[in-house]
Amino acid sequence: MLKRAFAIITLLFIGLWMASALSGVDFGADRMLVGKYYLNNVMMETGAVNTVTAVVVNYRGFDTLGEVTVLFIASTGVGALLWRRKKERTARTEGSVVLKTGARILLPFIMLFGAYIFIHGHLTPGGGFPGGATIATAFLMLYLAFTSYEIEHRVFEPLEGLAGMGYVTVGLIGLAIGGYFLFDWIWQTWGWGHGNIGRLFSAGFIPVIYTLIGLKVGTELTGIVDNMVKEEVSE
Amino acid sequence: MISAYYFGAIALILIGFYAVLVKRNVLKMLVGLSIMETGVNLLLISVGYVSGRSAPILSEGIGPSNAVDPIPQALVLTAIVIGVATTALALTIVINLYEKYKTLDAEKIRRLRG
Repeated sequence: MLKRAFAIITLLFIGLWMASALSGVDFGADRMLVGKYYLNNVMMETGAVNTVTAVVVNYRGFDTLGEVTVLFIASTGVGALLWRRKKERTARTEGSVVLKTGARILLPFIMLFGAYIFIHGHLTPGGGFPGGATIATAFLMLYLAFTSYEIEHRVFEPLEGLAGMGYVTVGLIGLAIGGYFLFDWIWQTWGWGHGNIGRLFSAGFIPVIYTLIGLKVGTELTGIVDNMVKEEVSE
Repeated sequence: MISAYYFGAIALILIGFYAVLVKRNVLKMLVGLSIMETGVNLLLISVGYVSGRSAPILSEGIGPSNAVDPIPQALVLTAIVIGVATTALALTIVINLYEKYKTLDAEKIRRLRG
């Protein structure tokens, strides 16, 4: 009891301190400095309509590279920590017929919508990470609905690695052509898609990179789910 | 007077911090960490809001002069993914802890020592 009271008092002080710090930052005021530059030049410099994806992939591409690395290390860590000699699915009870049929019907729709999200990252809200998470949701649904479902490991793990290598390769081609890593060579050097801004075939390498990231995130999160639902069988 | 969004974000951070400090179940601590993450993301995104403007997706009728700041949104996109990655890793460690010690009580696990 004393511990809780002490914790609450301490936290109230921290909250007051944070609130007093934030009272100098008025809500809703225009404080953009770099943001203004991005908003004014995003269409001309990257061809993207969605400024957030342009910032994430193009202007601050290294952030995304680090983010993908963090996710990859997390997925590898999950695999390493849950490594066992012989693993099997633990679910023993079949789902109902309604659940299984519903999962079968919903699966293509979820997959298609996930692919739509990451292909249209430069035009609509979303991008590689939400699209990949949606695709992983489809696989999670399969895992939950069917007791014996398991992903094709020979396809999934190589696909994950290839998507990551593809991202780095696109960056390295930029290094060779434009002089720095993650240089948008499709847009800046080839000029491919100018005059097409706002349509699907525009925005240089953003759709390419987001397709690769979507595949990578989808397979990675599915791999995490796959590792977590399995248990060791003693034989 | 502080804005409702800042207040909510600070409240979420404090609730998460409380769970981390007080709870003894490791899973509840993880729930607290996730709540803290949500609070931080909400705080970041509300700092970038400019009143009366819409999402920074430029299209017909939405020019650069009526979009909100895109940078906090890009930052939060990164932060969410990193939060998910750390949560997955932490949950894996919790699974291993339970298999080894057969308990999730943080104090008991501390006392057992291997």
